[in-house]
Amino acid sequence: MKMYDAGKIIVGIIVFVTLITFPFWYNRGKAAPSPKPKLLTREKECVEPTPYMKTSHMRLLNEWRNSVVREGNRLYISSNGKKYSMNLANTSLSDSCMGCHSKKAEFCDQCHNYVGVKPYCWDCHIEPKEKR
Amino acid sequence: MGVSRRNFLKIAGISLLGLGAKPAYDVFAGRDLPEFAQGEEAREAKRWAMVIDTRKCRDKDGCQDCILACHRAHNVPDVGNSRQEIKWIWTEPYENAFPNQEHEFLEETLKHRPVIVLCNHCDDPPCVRVCPTKATFKREDGIVMMDYHRCIGCRFCMAACPYGSRSFNWGDPRRAPKEKNPDFPTNPNFPTRTKGVVEKCNFCEERLVAGLLPACVEACKEKALIFGDLGNPDSDVRKVLRSHYTIRRKPGLGTGPAIYYIV
Repeated sequence: MKMYDAGKIIVGIIVFVTLITFPFWYNRGKAAPSPKPKLLTREKECVEPTPYMKTSHMRLLNEWRNSVVREGNRLYISSNGKKYSMNLANTSLSDSCMGCHSKKAEFCDQCHNYVGVKPYCWDCHIEPKEKR
Repeated sequence: MGVSRRNFLKIAGISLLGLGAKPAYDVFAGRDLPEFAQGEEAREAKRWAMVIDTRKCRDKDGCQDCILACHRAHNVPDVGNSRQEIKWIWTEPYENAFPNQEHEFLEETLKHRPVIVLCNHCDDPPCVRVCPTKATFKREDGIVMMDYHRCIGCRFCMAACPYGSRSFNWGDPRRAPKEKNPDFPTNPNFPTRTKGVVEKCNFCEERLVAGLLPACVEACKEKALIFGDLGNPDSDVRKVLRSHYTIRRKPGLGTGPAIYYIV
């Protein structure tokens, strides 16, 4: 079998594969450090168990949002029967999300930046001023 | 003789069904639905409504207490451009507020009387009917509310509302001119809106749920704004409505406003 322009084609393929795989071998062995959100909380437990909050806090917040805005509810009864007010960042209430997780930069942003998600909560809701 | 082929198949079939029972049960049992409850101090009503005594506004010409209180409570910026202004509660001259109820020879004081206008929280709100995403909806207690999370900024509601009670955010409210809004956002416990969203009066839903009266009602020193439950015959609004002649804005349109005016 005869291959026309074999040299060019083979070199081309090698260059192409090298370029495509560049990010993989360039970053080999250098995994980005996993995020370490700091828990600066007063309470010992969140509204639901930690594993559930880790995986599903966004779903919970969506449910809260719909319940608050559309049904006018303000209290959430958690799976262990405790009542929490459904508040993201109300400074006059101590039991809002941000009342406990008081430093957004050291908690929320840690994981959100790592996985590259940009929740638009704070486009409208007002981020509480961080206490120094 | 063992089991016949026919019986074997029957038993096998039933056993298979049995295997499927557990997953099916799990699907229908599901995770317990989250439980919610109303706030403990929440004010409740069958139908919230307001009576506005415009005579008291006339006596205090140029008073802006209710407007300022509302706009501060809800982070409504002064965008400094009348074509893009955002207003939840504002004043209109009598003839503009009540276009079918004025005439050429109107009483002199009435003619130039500023009338406080806001969202009428209609019985049959046209804005709710046209909203394609159900961002605007009517609550059980009559409050016409907006879910800003859902608003796509199509402005159908603005075209539908016959009272001009809705404003569109042409720009980001947080970028409103600083010299006009030195301390914006004025209320950190109420969200601002974003660019491309329509907004309007919410009858201070967030204050009612905390057991307070609307910001405008509370701010009025003359007690010209009376707020209460239409469904309760002993409420303040019902008492005032019984003892005064009141009119509503554009009643002929059949929207059924819940804001009544003493003129």
